[in-house]
Amino acid sequence: MHSFYIILFLPFLFAFIVPFLFKYINKRIHTGWFVLFVPLTIFLFLLQYIPIVAKGETIEYNLPWIPSLNINISTYIDGLGLLFGLLISGVGTLVILYSIYYLSKIREELHKFYIYLLMFMGAMLGLVFSDHIFILYGFWELTSISSFLLIGYWYERKSSRYGALKSLLITVFGGLAMLAGFIMLILMADTYSIREMIGNAAFITNHDLFIPALILILIGAFTKSAQFPFSIWLPDAMEAPTPVSAYLHSATMVKAGIYLVARLTPIFGGSSIWFWLVAGIGIITLLYGSFTAVRQTDLKALLAFSTISQLGLIMSLLGIGSLAVYFGPGESGALYTVATFAALFHLFNHSTFKGSLFMVVGIVDHETGTRDIRRLGGLMHVMPVTFTIAVVGGFSMAGLPPFNGFLSKEMFFASVNDVASAGIFGLEKLGMLFPIIAWIASVFTFVYCMILIFKTFTGKFRPEKLTKKVHEAPIGMLVSPLILGTIVVLVFFLPNVLGEYILIPALIPVLPMIPIHRDDLYITAWHGLNPELWMTIGVVVFGILLYKIVKGWIKLFNHYPQWLTLNHFYNRGLAGTEQFSKNITNTYMTGSFRHYLKYIFVFFVLVLMISFLFLYGFQFNFSNHAPIGIFDMAVVIGVVAAAFVVLFTSHRITAIVALGAVGYFISLFFVLFQAPDLGLTQFVVETVTTVLFLLCFYHLPKLRKNIGKISLKLSNLIISLAMGATVTILALAAFGHKVFEPITYFFENAYELAGAKNIVNAILVDFRGFDTMLEISVLTIAGLGVYILIRQSSKRREQSNETE
Amino acid sequence: MEIVIAIVIGILVTIGTYLLLSRQLLRIVFGSSLISHAVNLLIITSGGLKKGNAPLLGEGKIGFTDALPQALILTAIVINFAVTAFVLVLSYRSFKANGTDDMEKLRGNEHE
Repeated sequence: MHSFYIILFLPFLFAFIVPFLFKYINKRIHTGWFVLFVPLTIFLFLLQYIPIVAKGETIEYNLPWIPSLNINISTYIDGLGLLFGLLISGVGTLVILYSIYYLSKIREELHKFYIYLLMFMGAMLGLVFSDHIFILYGFWELTSISSFLLIGYWYERKSSRYGALKSLLITVFGGLAMLAGFIMLILMADTYSIREMIGNAAFITNHDLFIPALILILIGAFTKSAQFPFSIWLPDAMEAPTPVSAYLHSATMVKAGIYLVARLTPIFGGSSIWFWLVAGIGIITLLYGSFTAVRQTDLKALLAFSTISQLGLIMSLLGIGSLAVYFGPGESGALYTVATFAALFHLFNHSTFKGSLFMVVGIVDHETGTRDIRRLGGLMHVMPVTFTIAVVGGFSMAGLPPFNGFLSKEMFFASVNDVASAGIFGLEKLGMLFPIIAWIASVFTFVYCMILIFKTFTGKFRPEKLTKKVHEAPIGMLVSPLILGTIVVLVFFLPNVLGEYILIPALIPVLPMIPIHRDDLYITAWHGLNPELWMTIGVVVFGILLYKIVKGWIKLFNHYPQWLTLNHFYNRGLAGTEQFSKNITNTYMTGSFRHYLKYIFVFFVLVLMISFLFLYGFQFNFSNHAPIGIFDMAVVIGVVAAAFVVLFTSHRITAIVALGAVGYFISLFFVLFQAPDLGLTQFVVETVTTVLFLLCFYHLPKLRKNIGKISLKLSNLIISLAMGATVTILALAAFGHKVFEPITYFFENAYELAGAKNIVNAILVDFRGFDTMLEISVLTIAGLGVYILIRQSSKRREQSNETE
Repeated sequence: MEIVIAIVIGILVTIGTYLLLSRQLLRIVFGSSLISHAVNLLIITSGGLKKGNAPLLGEGKIGFTDALPQALILTAIVINFAVTAFVLVLSYRSFKANGTDDMEKLRGNEHE
């Protein structure tokens, strides 16, 4: 096993010792300090792959897991996986460092928190490095589960539970759709390996299952990456502690859908449906997210919608980039490669600036006790460092220089301008929509960034509205956002270092068929006065204008009817489903023993009758029947008469005696049928049973006349007759059909094999000795049950005697 | 003979089912007891009736009736006894605890 696997499984392995650390050392040292070592190790370990991967090489490792099912934990390190791996471990390190100061070691259940977080980290790493599609799926669902657990971390809050359930329902629904899509993909490509699927892409494109598989897999990706209209779970996921929001719900997990779309672009890219779904949904999500973010008054909700919007931006860039697959290697192909490159660039940038912003909001929440914009203001002078980080992150998100967001935003504008003139897939007419929507959404993005920064940090400081005495956060809490903020600035000045070593290697597996033109992918802040720059200038001008008059138009949102919101549909749908299933359950789970028995009997009759019908069970064989004697006839009449007495009598003793008579007649049958052992046993058992009945009946109430409606009795009678008829037919058919030869002659050498002259006994105690042993166990259990039931009642009687 | 026994089995099952569907606990115990008898008869009939001598070696006879169903039934008889005893005591306890042996009054509540 290669050391890479140890690194890959390190989070899971370490999770086992977290409870012990928490129990024994947490009082002195915060558990987070130990957990911090895990992502840091992974990050440093992954760094060694950067030069290898930058040279264009890839590395694969194989670990057999279930060889019989052809499931191996096959991993594959290429640029795309490495980009995600570095983000997961890098942001993970910073988030855990931040959480040490954010979560109190006295009040919080830290062991749970860190176990969930490590579980997530391991799952996410597995997801991005696995090549086997089912392993990928398994890790995918594990991220959903760990996200569920982390959102519900403060489970005593109702809103946390609601948010956790919502995210689980939506992402697992998407995951199951994706599983179906994966199975179709396997059927088409005839392999489990994603790389081999990409190799077989030519077979897949013309397959009938191509479009269903595409749609199902995209549902999975869209639910995970909170694309419209599945985005509604992300704002509610903000109930999680802020480190979780920064890590899962902005930097890593929600990008799993992006990863999947990027990974599968070589297979599905180039088709118009893929382009329109990915780019179209992406750009709608961008607009929806930014438009909704503006009206939020909770800082975290604002960031949640902004994350939705930014994920839409990345998604739409990937969609535009997929056109390169259509055009193939050539000038047009190279043009759209830039869009995919921009997607990966913005993905990285988003993780840095959004991560820092989440941490800033966490600090504000932690120090002031509120995240409500209406109560905040003027924090600039109290928290200058936090304010600086907020400006860096916020301006980067708004797309302003000198921050990394400016670079990727410019490339985004360039890509939407390119797609407007693509001239395929109906873009001749609709292409212009892309730059227009992108521009409008960017204006709103600018506005909410300004709201985030200036409504919180400038204006009048109103300490009377806050519950805590406000001061700057401790240095430990500031380190992580400071590092992220530094990266935001550094990337602006040195973007091509990142491009050369991380982004271009990550681009190659997304568009393997397009040769890389490094000149096209050279990032510069200044391209001259091109349309992109004018668009940015327009965004800033209109953004400032709209921000200045924000009070005037923000009220317009209140006119939007509540019943039209997506959340309303989700809540109604969920309540309706629950009610529906309750109603169905209540119709058959009536609590009546008789009803349940009826279901069983009716089912029994139907199944047997139908299978008789189809398996020719009604062909009876009446030959070879035994002759009937006078003595036999007498026993038959006796048994039937006694059974009817049991049915009709209303005296308990009569019924018990008649039941005993039935048993004795049965034992006579056994004697007639040459089964002396059975006859003897039946005789003894019947005697004991009758004695038992006679002992018990005294304590049970007298038999009543069977009162009840005639219709009820009639239905009981019909079911009983149907049962009787079915069993009679079964008996006749069983005798008439000899499918196999009897195996009884195997036992006729019982004396030689078992030393027994009685064959039945030899079968019971020797040939099928285990059966008999289990039978005795049943007898013992029943005996214990009887004993306990009787003892319990006598105990209670004693107790009641004592109280008297 | 087999036809007659098949009909006897049918009658026992019919009466047993009818008793099982009744409202009183004691009758339900009777019903399950009758159905057990019927099933034992069913098993022995399926192996064929009076096809040979009792399966005892060393009597100087050859040609035995099928011993396998007999072994199965022997197990079944004992298990039936255990079940009947348990159900009987259970119904006694249930009557003591709930004060009624009427199945309709022992219904569970509706699910909320």
